[in-house]
Formats: sequence, structure tokens, C-alpha cells
Amino acid sequence: MSVDSAFVHKVWTDNELSKMITAGKVPFPMLSDGGGKVGEMYGVYDEDAGVDVRGRFLIDPDGTVVGFEVLTPPVGRNVLETLRQIQAFQHVRATKSAEVCPSGWKPGKTVLKPGPDLVSNVWKNWKVKEAFE
Amino acid sequence: MEVGCSRPAHDSVDSAAKPLVEKMEPQKETKPMVRIGKKAPDFAVSAYKDGGFTEVKLFDYLGKWVVLCFYPGDFTFV
Repeated sequence: MSVDSAFVHKVWTDNELSKMITAGKVPFPMLSDGGGKVGEMYGVYDEDAGVDVRGRFLIDPDGTVVGFEVLTPPVGRNVLETLRQIQAFQHVRATKSAEVCPSGWKPGKTVLKPGPDLVSNVWKNWKVKEAFE
Repeated sequence: MEVGCSRPAHDSVDSAAKPLVEKMEPQKETKPMVRIGKKAPDFAVSAYKDGGFTEVKLFDYLGKWVVLCFYPGDFTFV
């Protein structure tokens, strides 16, 4: 989503984006936020520049915002980190929060089971180095 | 940015402080605002999708995981 019109989105999508991906077709809708009204609601509209800055919001199936990341324009986001977060939130949701995902968690790695026995015992169940693996 | 780690006190719900703020700066109608762990503000906007123009409403995607991405503009380099 940007403040560009859907017409500008068409030109950019057809002439550049579609050539950058193997599928040849952008698999998601390109949304137009004319005037930055939506960006304002999401706290990412820069009134001075008249644009939406780089904001990425994760919204779960109930419509709840579970995470976001906002960067100023010159640096891009990390798609793999976004996917990692989605996988982690999906795991938590699938276990009805019986299992939670510590720092750097990826599918297959150590999860934690919140409860009385875990209090002050995280260090026995999870090592800091796992956050960097 | 209205929301984020940088200004945690911005949206203080301290009831004592509220009337003061309203006096200094008459508040506009309360706008929906994003909050972590709360319902995402819904919207309906025009869009380019699958080669055609359409309208996209956020809550049409309820039941699915959604990544909503804002960026400064088409043809920007990053």
C-alpha cells in the first residue's frame, strides 16, 4: 500500500515488479492509499513527505494486529523475518498458547510451555545460543 | 509515528491528564488507531489486482493471516 493511485500501481507492476519475480505475476493486491488516510490510522503516514513510510503489520485471522515493524524509507525490510514471525504466531495459535516461541525461534526448534514449572527455569529449557542459530 | 517504542507515553490513558489535553488542543473525532494486540483498523481502498482494478477491504481477509505493507511510493528503489 502506498499513496499512489491504482493506475500508477498498474504501470509499476506491469513494467517493473512483474519482471523481478519468477512467477511473472504479483500475487497480492497493490493497494492505493490516496491522501495517506489509512497510513494515518496505522501511524505510518509522514505528513511532511506526503507518503507512507515502510510499515509492515501482521494481522491474524481474527483481525488482531500481532506485530509490526516500521522503517524510514532508505532501508528495506526482511521478508524471511516476516515469514519467521508468521510461523511462530501460527505455532502459538495452533497450540492455543500452550507453547510459546522464544527469541529467534524457527519451526522445529525449542518451544517453551508456560506454567508454574517454567518459572525461573527457562535457562534449563532454552539456551541463548539458540537465538543465533 | 504515533505508535511505537519511541514514545510510549504518547497515548497515556491517565484520566487526570485527559481534560488538560482537550483544553489545549480540541480533539478531533476519535480516529481508529493501530494498537498491538487489538483489532486492526479496517479500511476499503482501490487496488490493482490480477490485471484489473478492484476494491479491497481488510476485513474481507478475516480468517486468513495478513501481511499489510506500506511503502513510500511506486518506483522507489529500495
